[in-house]
Amino acid sequence: MIAFLIKRLFHAFLVMFIISVISFAIQDNLGDPIQQMVGQSVPDSERAELREELGLNDPFMVQYLRFAKNAMHFDFGYSYFYGEPTIEVVLRHLPATLELVFATTVLIMLFSVPIGVYSAIKPRSPLSRLFMGVSIVGISIPVFLTAIVLIQIFAIGVQFTPFPVDTGWGSWLNGLLSTDGGMPAYGRGDVVHVVGTWSTNFASLEGLSYLVLPSISLASIMLPLFIRLIRAEMLEVLQSDYVKFAKAKGISMRRIYFVHALKNTMLPVITVGGVQIGTLVAYTILTETVFQWPGVGLMFLDAIERSDIPLIVTYLMIVGLIFVITNTLVDLIYGLVNPTVKLTGKPA
Amino acid sequence: MINKKTLLAALLGACVALPLPVLAQDSSSDNDPVTLRVAYDADPVSLDIHEQLSGGILQLSHLVFDPLVRWTQDFEFEPRLATSWEQIDDTTLQMKLRKGVEFHSGNAFTAKDVAWTVERLKRSADFKAIFEPIDRVEVVDEHTVKFHTKKPYPLLLNLSTYIFPMDSEFYSGETADGKNKSAIVKNGNSFASRHVSGTGPYRVTERQQGVRVEFERFDNYWDEQSPGNVDRIVLTPISENATRVAALLSGDVDFIAPVPPNDLQRVRAAKDVKLVTMSGTRIIMLQMNQKRVDAFKNPKVRQAFAYAINQEAIADRLMKGFATPAAQLSPKGYAGHNPTLEPRYNLEKAKQLMKEAGYGDGFSITMMAPNNRYVNDAQIAQAVAAMLARINVTVDLKTLPKAQYWTEFDNRAADVMMIGWHADTEDSANFFQYLTECPNPDTGAGQYNAGNYCNPALDEKVAAANLETDREKRAKMLQAVEKALYDDAAFIPLHWQDLAWAADDNVQIEPVLNVMNFPYLGDVVVKPE
Repeated sequence: MIAFLIKRLFHAFLVMFIISVISFAIQDNLGDPIQQMVGQSVPDSERAELREELGLNDPFMVQYLRFAKNAMHFDFGYSYFYGEPTIEVVLRHLPATLELVFATTVLIMLFSVPIGVYSAIKPRSPLSRLFMGVSIVGISIPVFLTAIVLIQIFAIGVQFTPFPVDTGWGSWLNGLLSTDGGMPAYGRGDVVHVVGTWSTNFASLEGLSYLVLPSISLASIMLPLFIRLIRAEMLEVLQSDYVKFAKAKGISMRRIYFVHALKNTMLPVITVGGVQIGTLVAYTILTETVFQWPGVGLMFLDAIERSDIPLIVTYLMIVGLIFVITNTLVDLIYGLVNPTVKLTGKPA
Repeated sequence: MINKKTLLAALLGACVALPLPVLAQDSSSDNDPVTLRVAYDADPVSLDIHEQLSGGILQLSHLVFDPLVRWTQDFEFEPRLATSWEQIDDTTLQMKLRKGVEFHSGNAFTAKDVAWTVERLKRSADFKAIFEPIDRVEVVDEHTVKFHTKKPYPLLLNLSTYIFPMDSEFYSGETADGKNKSAIVKNGNSFASRHVSGTGPYRVTERQQGVRVEFERFDNYWDEQSPGNVDRIVLTPISENATRVAALLSGDVDFIAPVPPNDLQRVRAAKDVKLVTMSGTRIIMLQMNQKRVDAFKNPKVRQAFAYAINQEAIADRLMKGFATPAAQLSPKGYAGHNPTLEPRYNLEKAKQLMKEAGYGDGFSITMMAPNNRYVNDAQIAQAVAAMLARINVTVDLKTLPKAQYWTEFDNRAADVMMIGWHADTEDSANFFQYLTECPNPDTGAGQYNAGNYCNPALDEKVAAANLETDREKRAKMLQAVEKALYDDAAFIPLHWQDLAWAADDNVQIEPVLNVMNFPYLGDVVVKPE
């Protein structure tokens, strides 16, 4: 166990090292940070001076070593735009993203398990077919489109009047098709401060209302994936010998489905799920941009637009770290759930 | 272990939780504080108004500070902290300052603050170039200053719109960790970038960079004539165009800028929301690099290009009327605007000129344009490429995000490059100095002249105009320069990009907007619903 964790710690350092080298290597292609810092009429001599001051003229190795030396002391440099240590900027934006990812995960867990199991148990029922059809659509529509449609329907509202307005039944049908909107369309609203840089949306109904549309659109990509995964796994498990055996033994179907089969279905789901939650942090870039959710995704996109290189590098390294951590956790949990898997790789 | 009941409960719970009730908004009566929720595409980079010369910083300046004078909607000067001014001799302008003005810190505003602010502007990397003509500011008495210029300078009042007196006492001395409070730091955490004290209508009460800035009406604001009735402003940056519009339409914010051209129709058609557009002052143009392409040295080829490009079609169809077709640099209202110059699209003539120049069969060029800097920039470049194809010019077009584009622009990496320019001084001479003068790295002239067009005779005329204090005479000189550039086809002007704002019907934005795009929100009136 300890050996495993140490190995993972080493992995984390390796990942972060590689990310930092790569992001440093491409920085020249990210645009000129000076251009973003100064007004149009600043003469070239001033720009050159600023470039020298920021050390942008130094050779690659010198710049990288300077960065690496400071990074060892958890000093990742100053963001050009925020004028603060990048690590502080990222940590300030991280809670918003984590809350969004958490809300999305809850949504996915609430819906994927029942729907996935149902459509495995009754693969031919019309409802299952509907779920499968909708999930294909969900996977195929890009997140930003889902988001914009959600905003139009639930935040702005749509008015359809295909039926005569002056009749009772007509206006009732029109009302069914139309929405008033009213959901918040952007941002986090007024958040409640918890501790440190963490302010939460979970403290009030109003705060939660800001989470609804972003988390649904973020879930729209992952939810179908999980439904299909759970369904496929469950179908496979239901074919297996021990389920047949259980049936033959006369155990109630409910117990077979929800105790014996589901347990084994969830094993691969945990693996995929853990990795996908890491991916979710990355997917938030699109969702956060559309909803102007002030998390790390939006911050990262803005940083790219502003050529805020120190911030870009720090963000990439921290996301890399998050991936390593979630993977490690998944492996640990997997070991707990399935004792036949030995983390250290020694024969059982 | 999961059983059916818990599953059902969870499902039910989720269904109930989804359509969350939206909290009813308090209807405001006359006594309630009025809040204006504003969404711009970006928030100001810093609270230090001398850190960067940009739209965002100037918008902030007009909220938290007051300029000496400011522009009215028809390019006149309106007295603000300066009440009157008088040209004493060729190089001296005397200004009387407003009495009884207080900074947010409680310090009184005096002539000393003006002198201090100009001295600081002359240290700012972004402002020093345009403040170069000012030699020094002399404090005559508590409320009188004299501006001494090095040479006769006709644009002192234009410059005064950029002088937002800062609280010299507040910004002097050292911070707890021994840093100079008045330092201007581009990259990092300076006192002035985090603390602010001006004379303006609003105080900054909270600021989370990139998330929101909150302002509160300053109780002791000097301008008691101001009709402004907004007590609190919440500024949120929403960089995504569609979201900004959605936020307005859904009632989450009251005022947005800019409105993307693709959504103009949608905003115009929406209920309870109004759209205001104005012809802007930012010229979008193409520069033909004579250093890279020999053919561009021939005025006939340049003219052929100018005749081949249909500005009106671009403004009409591509920009959906959201642009004013241009045949010169100076927009209407500028001294140098020459009303006789008009777009000259004429394909026959263009072909003719190409033939005369010996390029009847055309040639190939490269072209670069940004794809997220100006409205529809990449599409405009594509349209231009298609138009040039008709005179047998093959264009190899590359469009890039702005962050990468400017590096390429500085390297003059293509034969034809797109640039948009707004004159910081709201004056024609600024266009010429940066865009058409012979490039000279030592003086900074022609810094953005990617065409390498060079006509020393015209440069002399511009220099002479900048010493001419007679406004009428000066305007004539500048208009002559525009005409000469037009005849010579030094570059291809496309259009002036329009500006658009949108607001809730009860926000009276029209009187406070201007083509400079710094709304005077201190004077905005919100009618109670």
